[in-house]
Amino acid sequence: MSNNFTKVENPVLIVEGKQADNERMKAESDFLRGTIVDDLADRMTGGFTSDNSQLIRTHGMYQQDDRDIRAERQKQKLEPLHNVMLRARLPGGIINPTQWLAIDKFADDYTSYGSIRLTTRQTFQFHGVLKPNIKLMHQTLNSIGLDSIATAGDVNRNVLCTSNPVESELHQEAYEWATKLSEHLLPKTRAYAEIWLDEERVETTEGEVVEPILGSNYLPRKFKTTVVIPPNNDIDVHANDLNFVAISEDGELIGFNVLVGGGLAMTHGDNATYPRCADDFGFIPKEHTLAIAEAVVTTQRDWGNRVNRKNAKTKYTLDRVGVDTFKAEVERRAGINFSDSRPYEFTTRGDSFGWVAGIDGKHHLTLFIENGRILDSLRADLDGKTLKTGMREIAKIHQGDFRLTANQNLIVAGVAEADKAAIEQLARDHGLLNDGVSKQRKNSMACVAFPTCPLAMAEAERYLPGLVDDVENILAKNGLKDESIILRVTGCPNGCGRAMLAEIGLIGKGPGKYNMYLGSDVAGSRVPKLYKENVDEAGVLSEIDALTARWSAERTAGEGFGDFVIRVGIVEQVIVSFRDFHHA
Amino acid sequence: MLQLSWVKIVMLPEQRLLNQNTSNSANNSSALDANQLASLQQSVADYSSLQLAWASGYLAARSEQGQYAQLAPAPAAAVVAKTLTILYASQTGNAKGVAGQLEKSAKAAGINVVLKNIADYKAKAIKNETHLIIVASTNGEGEPPDDAIEFHEFLLGKKAPKLPNLSYSVLALGDSSYEFFCKTGQDFDERLQALGAKQVSPRVDCDVDYDSDSESWTLSIVETLKDELTQADAPLATVSNIGGLPTAGAASQYSKQNPLSAEFSLSQKITGRDSAKDVRHIEIDLGESGLTYQVGDALGVWFENDEQLVSKLLIELNFSGDEKINLKVSGEVKEFSLKEALISQLEITQTAPSFVEFWAQASKDSTLVTVASDKNSAREFAGEHQIIDVVSLAKAEIDAQSFVDALRKITPRLYSIASAQAEVEEEVHLTVGIVSYEANGDTRTGGASGFLAERLEEGQKVRVFVEHNDNFRLPQSDDTPVIMIGPGTGVAPFRAFMQEREARDAGGDNWMFFGDQTFTQDFLYQTEWQNYLKSGLLTRMDVAFSRDQAEKIYVQDRLKEQAAEVFSWLERGAHLYICGDANRMAKDVHQTLVDIIQEHGKLTAEQAEDYLKSLRSNKRYQKDVY
Repeated sequence: MSNNFTKVENPVLIVEGKQADNERMKAESDFLRGTIVDDLADRMTGGFTSDNSQLIRTHGMYQQDDRDIRAERQKQKLEPLHNVMLRARLPGGIINPTQWLAIDKFADDYTSYGSIRLTTRQTFQFHGVLKPNIKLMHQTLNSIGLDSIATAGDVNRNVLCTSNPVESELHQEAYEWATKLSEHLLPKTRAYAEIWLDEERVETTEGEVVEPILGSNYLPRKFKTTVVIPPNNDIDVHANDLNFVAISEDGELIGFNVLVGGGLAMTHGDNATYPRCADDFGFIPKEHTLAIAEAVVTTQRDWGNRVNRKNAKTKYTLDRVGVDTFKAEVERRAGINFSDSRPYEFTTRGDSFGWVAGIDGKHHLTLFIENGRILDSLRADLDGKTLKTGMREIAKIHQGDFRLTANQNLIVAGVAEADKAAIEQLARDHGLLNDGVSKQRKNSMACVAFPTCPLAMAEAERYLPGLVDDVENILAKNGLKDESIILRVTGCPNGCGRAMLAEIGLIGKGPGKYNMYLGSDVAGSRVPKLYKENVDEAGVLSEIDALTARWSAERTAGEGFGDFVIRVGIVEQVIVSFRDFHHA
Repeated sequence: MLQLSWVKIVMLPEQRLLNQNTSNSANNSSALDANQLASLQQSVADYSSLQLAWASGYLAARSEQGQYAQLAPAPAAAVVAKTLTILYASQTGNAKGVAGQLEKSAKAAGINVVLKNIADYKAKAIKNETHLIIVASTNGEGEPPDDAIEFHEFLLGKKAPKLPNLSYSVLALGDSSYEFFCKTGQDFDERLQALGAKQVSPRVDCDVDYDSDSESWTLSIVETLKDELTQADAPLATVSNIGGLPTAGAASQYSKQNPLSAEFSLSQKITGRDSAKDVRHIEIDLGESGLTYQVGDALGVWFENDEQLVSKLLIELNFSGDEKINLKVSGEVKEFSLKEALISQLEITQTAPSFVEFWAQASKDSTLVTVASDKNSAREFAGEHQIIDVVSLAKAEIDAQSFVDALRKITPRLYSIASAQAEVEEEVHLTVGIVSYEANGDTRTGGASGFLAERLEEGQKVRVFVEHNDNFRLPQSDDTPVIMIGPGTGVAPFRAFMQEREARDAGGDNWMFFGDQTFTQDFLYQTEWQNYLKSGLLTRMDVAFSRDQAEKIYVQDRLKEQAAEVFSWLERGAHLYICGDANRMAKDVHQTLVDIIQEHGKLTAEQAEDYLKSLRSNKRYQKDVY
């Protein structure tokens, strides 16, 4: 499965040099405590000091501000409207109705946007929480058995798991592994409980290792783990550092193929950064899952680049030391050898919308949530949909659970036959279920970007709905009414919207300007390649028009757009990322 | 009597402007000898007009530190001439202004005058006076201004002497929209009479538009006393008005009556878009006018009424606006069209209780008559209704002239200055809260704030003057710590304080208390305060936002939280300043301070009050409240 070079002669295992400033910050943080408590007491600002604003990420929060009014507030002699975004830890994306009602209420009472945002990390985010409400937020989550530990920062983040409600037993087991992986790789420091839940600090005894897996300086960079059930690659393995591909026999999980070193983030203008697909290390029986995970994490912990953060992720470590060297080290540390990969195939990435029946006789309703934004809107362009109220009403009567998908959608799972009608009626009444949503819209995705994300260079979430309208029209005009293209827009090249696994990926470059990438495929098995730089919105449409007109005219039977643009040479195929991705 | 004419200039050791050993020799035309004069002239030769004006204020301020004594030999008491003593008890400077006018007129008439701030007057000396004039303002709830508290207490107390030989008159300044209108002046008048003193001219109670009343009173006083006080062969008057001189811009030609037409250069809303309030940061360019101010001063702003509001009022009254009416302006009767008068000459956004009475009588409306029959209810009603809202309640048959006669004259509004010239040079900054509310389905705005915020455009002219306020000054010593309590727009003078202390490189600690409704929307000048904290100029800052949590939290609550520290600052000599709302905030803060001093000074409540009183008399506890 590996498309990458496997051998490197005389590999540099540890990059020497002056360590990045984040390493100092982590080292001085007293195991992620920093001086966050002091910042919480500082009434002069709604923000955190520089180090603490980094540290709170490891507690699941990002410091943000309303960028739409940043300039206005500067004139008003007011600081930016600082707030935090919280990303919950929800391994496998499962949340029950009681929990849902609690987060629904918190979003109403204490967030400035009043929304629940479903994300590609298969969890939900609160946007716009002011400093005085942060502790209450964590205490609210705690009261319903949730937390946000390590959903951001240089740690192992929320663990994804394919949302497969049909094969319920397989999914249940895969989900349990996702949860175990999440727990096993969590930071062991008590900082979260002390700071947010007012728990007493227990002094460590001498010689006690606080972080046996992550280490006192945690990981060199963010780390992402998934459990995936083929043939659906909904969690996008190649966007993740560590993937456990479920291998089953007769419907029973026997073990995993382990894929290491995927990742999409890059930096504009820095050719040493690139999106990269993961390498298949081979098969392990399921009982070795945690040992292997720990060995991959600790190898990356020790060999990852702590000098240059832009080259710190697992994917660069693999390219620096070679896949073989990395894999051998993992086997050594785990005391386990990989056996040959078992065959598997990914054929889709999308969610199956509407009702499906599981093998356990329960029914599951997958709802398309545009941009993952659950909000009651009075905006005419959203037809006054009351998605948030609808979800609340469903949560009040639903006996099963909810599953958030890695595509930012939501499954009302485990519905008894008798309850189907009532739930469907609520979903329709509130605009959660709408037969008119096109295939193209369902295959389109955007990250949050403006106004809250500090990294965004261009619009994404607010740009996508109108863009999809236009693309739908273009496809119809070009005789492609029943076709769709995996279309993803992100405000920056950091990868949240996984545009680097799209057939058409738009990555924000500046206000209204995007770099246009073409050429992944339906299953997400390769990264796309730069097609045009700095294209404005009109340019995006005229390019899509011209490209799809040609696709319509020249495609082979059933040929997907991404495959087509490579076959006819519109873009080169990226096989080995660090060689091909930036190759002109 | 030894004649001595001298300018109030003191030694400036660091600048070596003056020669040390000549202080007693200068008694001809100048306090300076020829060398000194030359040296001074040389030193200021390249000063701009602004720098000159600033220097004069600076020197004057230095002289008030008591150092003038080494320059000015005490006048030898020779002839016992009858002297007219004028005391003023001023909060915002109006009483001081009127007293200054009287002094000028009296001197012109050849009367021997002593003009003093009542705070600087030894109350016991009253038994030696023969002729005494008091010009006194009154604070919101009838209490005397800070400067007059001690004198008031003495005079109304048991120890006050009988005053059978005293002739006196009182001019009281107040605002008839308050219940205890002119109360302080009335107290003085009644008490002096009770002590056996003789009224030379009846007390006059002046309302907000006091100009013509105070002018005629001044004329009548001078007329009455002229013969009596100039009979003695008194030589030309000795002016002993230490403490009475304005301390900056002393030579300014601009005044309330003769305002500067200055450029309105910036109006920036400084509350966030979701604030319940509209507060503006306003910058006015004084240009080359030479108009100067000191931190702590206020800026008087003349305004015009909203033409649309006037049109609506005319429709309501069934007037065309072209009716000719007469108004007395600066002592002269002038003719105006009604519309013109309502725009530029008359107060229509603040209603006097007397107007409610007038309209009740004219309309015979039973509701209004009931309201007007009680002073309190009339006052309350007036406070909540602009003129248009009163007249739209009931019709009345009146002619334009009677209507005009029932209105007050328009008066300028005073705003605490929010800048220091050391920082902003020819600019003056204000922090203006826009008064705005709904009435009769319409939006009513404050006269001056609406003018500044909505009608005046950047680049247009606005008529302004500086109202000096010597009762709100930074400590003489840059090393003295200060505690500033300024919620809401009360923040304004403290922004000026910080600019001044930064420019002076003052080393004293600074502690700011600020409060408002919400942190995200109403933290006035937030980024500036953050920067002052960061630079270390501001030692600490405590903020209270009343609406950010279920329970209301105010600045006094923050003071309480920091009680021990506040007391320790006071014990090491901190000056205490309060600016903002007089009715609730200043009182609550005062009570909190009493509690803090009582608890941490281990004193009784009475002793704690005395502690604050002594701070006040030492100018360590100053208020600018409104």
